Amino acid sequence: MIENRPAAAVLSHLTLVLGVLIVAFPVLVALVGATQTAEQIAQGNPMSMVPGDQLGNSLRQALLGGKTIYGNTLPPVAPMLWVSLVSALVIAVGKIAISLLSAFAIVYFRFPLRGLIFWMIFITLMLPVEVRILPTYEVVSQLGMIDTYAGLTIPLIASATATFLFRQFFLTVPDELVEAARIDGAGPLKFFKDVLLPLSATSIAALFVIQFIYGWNQYLWPLLVTTREDMYPIVMGIRRLIAGSDAATEWNVVMATALLAMVPPALVVIGMQRWFVKGLVDSEK
Amino acid sequence: MAAEKRVVFRSRWLPWALVAPQMVVVLVFFFWPAGQALLESVYESDGFGAGSTFVGLANFERLFADETYLASFQTTAVFSVLVAGLGLSVSLWLAVMADRIVRGALAYRTALILPYAVAPAVVGVLWIFMFAPSMGVVSHLLQRAGVDWNHLLNSTHAMALIVGAAVWKQISYNFLFFLAGLQSVPRSLIEASAIDGAGPWRRFWTIQFPLLAPTTFFLLVINIVYAFFDTFAIVDATTSGGPGKDTAILVYKVYQDGFKSMDLGGSAAQSVVLMAIVIVLTVVQFRFVERRVHY
Repeated sequence: MIENRPAAAVLSHLTLVLGVLIVAFPVLVALVGATQTAEQIAQGNPMSMVPGDQLGNSLRQALLGGKTIYGNTLPPVAPMLWVSLVSALVIAVGKIAISLLSAFAIVYFRFPLRGLIFWMIFITLMLPVEVRILPTYEVVSQLGMIDTYAGLTIPLIASATATFLFRQFFLTVPDELVEAARIDGAGPLKFFKDVLLPLSATSIAALFVIQFIYGWNQYLWPLLVTTREDMYPIVMGIRRLIAGSDAATEWNVVMATALLAMVPPALVVIGMQRWFVKGLVDSEK
Repeated sequence: MAAEKRVVFRSRWLPWALVAPQMVVVLVFFFWPAGQALLESVYESDGFGAGSTFVGLANFERLFADETYLASFQTTAVFSVLVAGLGLSVSLWLAVMADRIVRGALAYRTALILPYAVAPAVVGVLWIFMFAPSMGVVSHLLQRAGVDWNHLLNSTHAMALIVGAAVWKQISYNFLFFLAGLQSVPRSLIEASAIDGAGPWRRFWTIQFPLLAPTTFFLLVINIVYAFFDTFAIVDATTSGGPGKDTAILVYKVYQDGFKSMDLGGSAAQSVVLMAIVIVLTVVQFRFVERRVHY
């Protein structure tokens, strides 16, 4: 605080409260929507913002699926949550694992073609899967990976962000540690396991949050590589619940599904907020 | 690659084994498809898988003669300028306010980072629910204010909807970076200028804003990349590129032409154009980052 200006402080708080309200509003509407019946929402003009008592029903309907009073048969969301969880974990852990290894090789070894390999990884840095969807899809279908967890996850592991973060971090680790390890007779793998990994714990935690959310939030890629309902992740499944017209869509179930799709990544972000914020800001420096 | 370790390990095979997993993934799922896209972009396939003929740059010529493609370019330009401009100003404003307050900063930050966790497709679903012409809460308020909201028929409304949803989703990211940038501005500079009699407004424009320039530039590039590529799910979940093709941004068109119309050559040519755009943006960014290091 540079000077005491009560009016300015009030303005700051008001702005922030307004910002938080705008940010929270769509989620709030979803929550209220999930507490009503599909009929109440469809007939409301507009939908009432007074919470109803149907939250349990909507969640049950979303999770278990089945026939509704409208006569629609909805797919159960519970298996989709499982698909999302598995894919997000495989993507996060897989990315971190292969990046730790390659960053270790690039920083701590001299070998032929090292520069070329570095650039080959580097060039993938900013080329998102959206840009090369059709050819990547063709490759994945030639490899017979449609409707498999491998197809859902491995192509998304091919990105360089994590390798770069770890490379930057390894370069700041003092050389004396390597010398000490060598004098003590430790080989490269022992050094990696006992010195480098513990030192990288914070970066790993931060990257885990970023990559978990990246994996959980995928939409276009699952849309292409999954054809069976039991392989849909929830983020893609929710889109399938929306019928052509507003009247035929069971909005309470859609909103319950939206809440289910938001909760796991939100918990990860809030629970690991400290590392996440640090890691996000640092990784782009 | 400027920085190097002085002390290294020696092994003939170990480094290869360590980079192997990443190289396999990158080669199979990155270089192979990218090469395929380049090849397909100069061939014309008959669409039945029976064969294809070499057509040189004809696919590109066709692409740039295609009015819907040029229109999609324009849509993307309008969309990304609006998303980046609005997103950056709103987040900067919030970050400046959060930087000034003493109490409650963590609570505000926690609330403001929530959209980062929400999937773009889910954002889209939340927004069409609020803006649904019949029962939407916000669309009804707009109707009462005299705006006959219907994003299914009115392309301005449709564009406003996807811009709003895309900005909402990106506020967290921009806010975190601006806040970190503001907090690294030396306090002594701000204090000195306060002693010289500069008020908060003046201090912001003469000290904080210029010192934030690297962050702002970085975020500008990131936001443009975001608007170009990461908003596919938002568009697909809200407008599906409609009404007509008025919100079909480039990434959406690649998908539509490739998977819906099965125009492989055209879609591959579009992929190549998009790759070129990404590479240009990356080069711009890294040029700038290098300069910042020397600064």
